[in-house]
Amino acid sequence: MSSSIIEAESVLAIDVGSITTRALLLDVVEEEYRFISAGSAPSTGIAPYHDIGEGVHLAILNLQQILGRTLFSNEGNLIMPGKPNGAGVDRLVVNYSVGGDLRIVAVGLLTDVSLESALHLAGTTNAYVVEAVGLNDRQRSDSQLDAILLARPDLIIFTGGTENGATRSVFKLAELITMVCRLLPQEKRPEVLFAGNQAVGKKIAEVLQKWTPTHLAPNVRPSIDLEDLGPAQDILANVMTQIRRRQFGGLDGLNSMASVSPSPTSISFGRMITFLSQFYGGTKGVLGVDVGSSSTIMAAALGNKLYLNVYPFGQGSGITQVMQLSRPNDIAQWLPMHVPVDVVQDYLAQKALYPASVPMNTETLAIEQALARQVLHLSMQQTQARWPELPTTFEPIMAAGGVLNRAPLPSQSLLMLLDGLQPSGITILVLDQNGLLPSLGAIAKINSILPVQVLESGAFLNLGTVISPVCDAHFGTPILRVRLELGESNNPVIEVRQGSIYVLPLRAGQSANIHFQALRHVEIMPGRAREIESFKIIGGSCGAIIDARGRPIVLPPDASRRRDLIKKWNMALSA
Amino acid sequence: MLATVTHILPLSRIRRARLLPSTGKVLVRTNQKVSTADPIAETNQGGKHILVNVRRALGISNVKDVERLIDRKPGDKLQKGDVIAQLGSFLPRVVRAPADGEIVAISNGQVLLEVQATLFQLKAGFSGIVTEIVPERGAIIETHGVLIQGVWGNKIVDQGMLLSLAKSADEVLTRERLDVTMRGAVIMAGHCARADALTMANELPLRGLILGSMKAELVPLANTLSFPLIVLDGFGQIPMNNAAFRLLSTNEKRDACLNATPWNPQFGDRPEIVISLPAEGELPREADDFKPNQTVRVQGAPYASQIGTLIQVKAGTTTLSNGLRVSAADIRLENDEIVSVPLANLDVLE
Repeated sequence: MSSSIIEAESVLAIDVGSITTRALLLDVVEEEYRFISAGSAPSTGIAPYHDIGEGVHLAILNLQQILGRTLFSNEGNLIMPGKPNGAGVDRLVVNYSVGGDLRIVAVGLLTDVSLESALHLAGTTNAYVVEAVGLNDRQRSDSQLDAILLARPDLIIFTGGTENGATRSVFKLAELITMVCRLLPQEKRPEVLFAGNQAVGKKIAEVLQKWTPTHLAPNVRPSIDLEDLGPAQDILANVMTQIRRRQFGGLDGLNSMASVSPSPTSISFGRMITFLSQFYGGTKGVLGVDVGSSSTIMAAALGNKLYLNVYPFGQGSGITQVMQLSRPNDIAQWLPMHVPVDVVQDYLAQKALYPASVPMNTETLAIEQALARQVLHLSMQQTQARWPELPTTFEPIMAAGGVLNRAPLPSQSLLMLLDGLQPSGITILVLDQNGLLPSLGAIAKINSILPVQVLESGAFLNLGTVISPVCDAHFGTPILRVRLELGESNNPVIEVRQGSIYVLPLRAGQSANIHFQALRHVEIMPGRAREIESFKIIGGSCGAIIDARGRPIVLPPDASRRRDLIKKWNMALSA
Repeated sequence: MLATVTHILPLSRIRRARLLPSTGKVLVRTNQKVSTADPIAETNQGGKHILVNVRRALGISNVKDVERLIDRKPGDKLQKGDVIAQLGSFLPRVVRAPADGEIVAISNGQVLLEVQATLFQLKAGFSGIVTEIVPERGAIIETHGVLIQGVWGNKIVDQGMLLSLAKSADEVLTRERLDVTMRGAVIMAGHCARADALTMANELPLRGLILGSMKAELVPLANTLSFPLIVLDGFGQIPMNNAAFRLLSTNEKRDACLNATPWNPQFGDRPEIVISLPAEGELPREADDFKPNQTVRVQGAPYASQIGTLIQVKAGTTTLSNGLRVSAADIRLENDEIVSVPLANLDVLE
């Protein structure tokens, strides 16, 4: 693996998803890094291939065909570094979310302290926590042993002991893990990641290393009141990659060519959101969401602090988990046409069987977009429950995922995000239409210039600024008067009524001053001491939007009225 | 572009490795004939353990001292009450086995007993011949005949005489169509929308049920049935695909083996129907690219489960009626209609 890409020009970024493998080319154009193009192919980590290399090869071939640029040698190898004639690339980075759920058991001292942090650390990847064992959870040791054996983990995340805290109890847990390893054949033993009291880390590693590969990470709970997952996340990413390299072929070969170790997509995504939070500055923080087939990544960053979680909700195999927490009507209620609830249920069950399939008509597209709303809603709900200190307003909100990127109209993507996330206050919604964020996150580790230049190059689609005033007025009541200052003779005034969506007549990139006059008690920026009266606004691809539907959005129980309202909202945005 | 392959074959060589999830005991030998539900290997799984803390029981802190007193070794089988360790000779302090079990580990002054092991038996999955033994894991079983893969199964394995209840691929299975003459048979039907039909089938009972499609709301009930249920085309009112319908109809009265394992794309396991025939077939391909003249099945409305021939993969992207832009192919359906279908909605039948 090469050491630095700072002097490099072209970068090939590979993203191996559960359904699709993508190859993205970033290169210097007129002295600035730009996203050039992407190729794709079905992922091949699963049967019958069990080797992601085939899918990667086909994705790069597809890219080669699109660009008319030679990337492979006559022998079929990727040309690295790039040649003066433009063939090949200088550097390679790899992200992956393929491979099914990694089974993790969390082991910690106290349920509400170290064990909780072990669970939070596991939640930053698309791993599946199959069991959690705490020293104080009242189970006997032998019951805990049986529970871990039954769980068949790939990895044990072992935490416990604040710095200068407990040591003996930590060793007691290490004994339990040793017993687990004794009872399993070598190839079935889980690896161990210890992220607890650093004073005993080395000793713990010595004890466990005799039985199974053991890795050390900085304490995720250095004190009772402080959780610090960041340093351990990177080590977890490396451990996961090592485990994945054994589980399916192709990752080893990519690892040897890549400029940085292949990373779980969620970790790179989170890194990019943190980067954006520092880049934009401001007090609101940045929210990132990536709706995938098997899982959804949600990452919020305030300054340096990252709140990252991967939820098992998705548009394909992730439907099963969505339906564990939802009724079919929670999805059907978002449809602008009548589709019987049992038909919705059947479609979703079928989609879980064929996650790569594409909706072929208007009804089935509407069902998938309604599903996306529920996926976003559940992910946001769980994020807010876990971190109640998070603000309700972010700027910007970065969104990615096939269902959002491939929507026929940007207004559909915008409405899915508004309905699902229901942000309040003022925010800008940005669509990562090329799926760049994880790749930029991987590159940002050692090249901070490339992501900045690509961000500023227009590779992301600004859907628009959204203003979501909060008011408890009845439906239809005027709550705001909004005046847009477009020019000397063009200053439209809009009376905003509760329950409606308005698109302000701003073209993409056009700026204007917007002035608010409250007609009743209304919060434009919830929680702000002094209310906003005016500010400068820039139009996106959907203009600028005032979403006065209230928070939370309450849909009419009457199905016919609800459908009419949803159609009205759709039309307002797509007009 | 790579295609998903589904096997719906009138004659194929069927070769399956049936392996335990962990090491165990293989129960068959090479060249042995096996039936669908015959166990071919077994292993202990998910046993219960009891940790006997001898150190604490005897009140001794030094681990080496304790281990000298433990008069047992790993592998020893104990009955409840058997002495594990003893301290002193006059009024000795004794540590006894709390239950019948086997000592699996002695460490740090503690003895770990496995007291209750669950025996997991791996079934053959279809009738055939054992051609190869995989030591401690299982066997490779082979046969020749009809192979039909489904999309959903309820995890049960069995076999029986195949009877067709469906005159057309979309015929609905009702309780009234089932009667005691079908007891012990494997029934083929089109679509099932009613719980009472499944309940009746379970009461008879059948030895298996093959459906083209089923309502998704019946999945919890289907998972409680005592016989294998395999769904070939999916959930919703979808007719059985004609390729499978024809194949099953023409093989009525033959012995059908049903392995209703759930579809696991990661490992390639699929629910399968095997009907052994006295003829020899070839091993089918497991992977393919999309090519002209392939037989394909369409997934999703409005052409769900329809069979067709791939005419050509279209260049670039195609815009569907809902505005989505996708890679697509032109397909000639069995009614001669030519339609554009996203490649992602096709599986190649081989």
